[in-house]
Amino acid sequence: MTVAPASAETWREWLMSDRPQSRRQASLGRAYGAWRAFARNRLAMAGLGIVLALLLMALFADQLAPYSPTVGDLRTTRLLPPSAAHWFGTDDQGRDILSRIIYGSRITLFVVVLVAVLAAPIGLAVGTIAGYAGGLVDAALMRITDIFLAFPRLILALAFVAALGPGIENAVIAIAITSWPPYARIARAETLTIRQADYIAAVKLMGASPGRIVLRHIMPLCVSSVIVRVTLDMAGIILTAAGLGFLGLGAQPPSPEWGAMIANGRLYVLDQWWVAAAPGAAIFVVSLAFNLLGDGLRDALDPKGVK
Amino acid sequence: MKAGLSIEGLRVVFDDFVAVDDVSIRVEPGQSFGIVGESGSGKSTLLRAVGGLAPKSAGVISLIGAPDLPEPGSRAFRRRVQMVFQDPYGSLHPRQTVDRILAEPLAIHGIGDADRRIQQALDEVGLGTGFRFRYPHQLSGGQRQRVAIARALILEPQILLLDEPTSALDASVQAEVLNLLEDMRRRHGLTFVMVSHDLAVVTYLCDQLMVMQRGRSVEKLSADDLAQSRVAEPYTQRLMTASIGFRRDRTETF
Amino acid sequence: MLVVDDLRVSFPNRDGGFTQAVRGVSFTLGRERLGIVGESGSGKSQTGRAIMGLTAPEGRVTAKTLAFDGVDLINCPPRERRRLRGGRIAMILQDPKFSLNPVMTIGDQIVETLDAHAKVSRREARERALETLRQVQIDDPGRVYDLYPHEVSGGMGQRAMIAMMLVAEPDLLIADEPTSALDVTVQLQVLAILDRLVAERGMGLIFISHDLRLVSTFCDRILVMYAGRVVEELPAGGLKDAKHPYTRGLVNCLPRLREDRHPLPTLDRRPEWAL
Repeated sequence: MTVAPASAETWREWLMSDRPQSRRQASLGRAYGAWRAFARNRLAMAGLGIVLALLLMALFADQLAPYSPTVGDLRTTRLLPPSAAHWFGTDDQGRDILSRIIYGSRITLFVVVLVAVLAAPIGLAVGTIAGYAGGLVDAALMRITDIFLAFPRLILALAFVAALGPGIENAVIAIAITSWPPYARIARAETLTIRQADYIAAVKLMGASPGRIVLRHIMPLCVSSVIVRVTLDMAGIILTAAGLGFLGLGAQPPSPEWGAMIANGRLYVLDQWWVAAAPGAAIFVVSLAFNLLGDGLRDALDPKGVK
Repeated sequence: MKAGLSIEGLRVVFDDFVAVDDVSIRVEPGQSFGIVGESGSGKSTLLRAVGGLAPKSAGVISLIGAPDLPEPGSRAFRRRVQMVFQDPYGSLHPRQTVDRILAEPLAIHGIGDADRRIQQALDEVGLGTGFRFRYPHQLSGGQRQRVAIARALILEPQILLLDEPTSALDASVQAEVLNLLEDMRRRHGLTFVMVSHDLAVVTYLCDQLMVMQRGRSVEKLSADDLAQSRVAEPYTQRLMTASIGFRRDRTETF
Repeated sequence: MLVVDDLRVSFPNRDGGFTQAVRGVSFTLGRERLGIVGESGSGKSQTGRAIMGLTAPEGRVTAKTLAFDGVDLINCPPRERRRLRGGRIAMILQDPKFSLNPVMTIGDQIVETLDAHAKVSRREARERALETLRQVQIDDPGRVYDLYPHEVSGGMGQRAMIAMMLVAEPDLLIADEPTSALDVTVQLQVLAILDRLVAERGMGLIFISHDLRLVSTFCDRILVMYAGRVVEELPAGGLKDAKHPYTRGLVNCLPRLREDRHPLPTLDRRPEWAL
């Protein structure tokens, strides 16, 4: 087996090798190649940086936030403009907005991760199965997909939350339920071309079961375009979550959800602009970061992408 | 143990297009049989129907040469009949290493000792260890076709279906792959059914052949017949002339 | 008519340097059929593309001389280049499926080529398009004129492609694997058409192919390329007397109908050929 190389230069050579010596080197080499393609894109790197910062912010919220996100002093710190003590000012409850945004990143990440974990696999499974099976199965699965696609996402999410009851968990479920259909469509479209390929015919000829073909040979090829799409959708998901929060159907007070914070600042938007502007800017920056990241991922992962 | 292949009255219909119409062949165990035709002749479809990749509307496909041979479509049948495809760029999974590609058939059939078998299969097709963990995009066309041959042979089949295995390769690489195929046939006592548009390639590898046109069999003859120009049908004659090259003095006959 | 001296084409590689795909190719061409043969990666297609001015934008083309009828192709302005391309120099590509516009009828595409290079009336353009279709031996030009590329067979598509290239009456035709996507019998029909047109119009033809047998029976002169260089030049029918071991190896490794050679001789590539 290979001995791990010592210096950075030999590491690079080891990764870029055209004749890998082990399974690990082959897959690491591939990942490194994709990373190099990705790292060339400065905007995508900026997006990745912001997303990583969001991650760290959520992780170390307790250490980073200067004040409590839920308790403020109504007598002395109500609606203070940005200052050295309160960088982003305070809201009508006297709470420090910076601290609320820092804690709010946890909610945002919670939503984003959960939706991705729920919606992407559903979409991937529905799409690949429909595409590979064809015929009746395809027709049935795609009509269901069409039904979900026929409603505007926010309206459908609203209906679900109204039925399930307000709260961040239900908002996540509602968003997940409404966001998988596009993934199913992408996965199906890709599957339709992949299933014609000779390498699928070859495994079929070996006697592989349909389940095995879909799971081990087709899905891995669809994953990258679904990941790209999910990343690009993150902005929309964050906005939907914020929208639900704004309408009072997402996270409930006093939790520092960004959308709810904007809703709260709406009352003072003319005189105390910072109350709504700070969470708005946060949503904007994070959405943009996910979009940039998604664009970069598409260029790096999508083999059809123009170089 | 060898097995042959018998096809009787095979008919393949896509929607309302008849791709293969009432074709019968008999390939004795250990024999090498060639099917020649141009695009749309149904030659590849016939091969795919044997492999269960194209729908059979009528006719009987069966293995011959020994008692208790498995039925088409069964798992045991798949171990005995394998295929090499035309396009070496399309027949290997783009995100799998050679190692993974060769491990898959073993995993599907629950065959152990994968490590040794993969190594042996690679050695046999002349690729060696250096290639085991490469991705298809790191291989040349000829190397890919060798991997495809290794994949077909790793299940130790008795019949190998070859769908234009060299038509996408450079002439010098074609010679290497043809030699390899012949070598494999001799070593493993394989039965070949090979499809090609190139008469010279087919006669190099096969002793019996059939000429197809528009889904039907035009003529069956031996490689010797062809070499001696004992050809009955004008279509076969035309294919023969064409394979020699361009001739200014007979352009009107094309 | 065409003078190529020390043509080099290079592309940026992964390490930030340049890899030469064509390394100093020189030849002159009159009104004759010149064949360029080689295997994949020999630089034969890049040579044709460089003459045509179709090298991919990241590639670099240099030459001591690259001149067509006295016009310097390397330093001439893009507008002049465009005027030559499709007008006096035309190119036929391998697969008509990809080189014809799928949403335009064949007739319209021919007329468009004509429009770009000559001032003609609508009716005259149609007349000339139909005439050209007739010249590539399409029996029913009126019908084919109104068909879309997907409605015709490969051989018919390639004839339409040739018609499209010929309508502007070029002096030089570059054909890059024009028949490789076609069936053998159709291949020869298309070649016969090309052959007749070259003879009748006195065009120059560069025929680029991997098929040694086809090129050697069709062309007046053959250049054999290996690793970006011309390793040998042969007269028509001179394949048997080839000197270079690469050419000889290439000839030998083809299976032949009336021969029983087992195993086939293979090509032993020597590093010094690529020097």
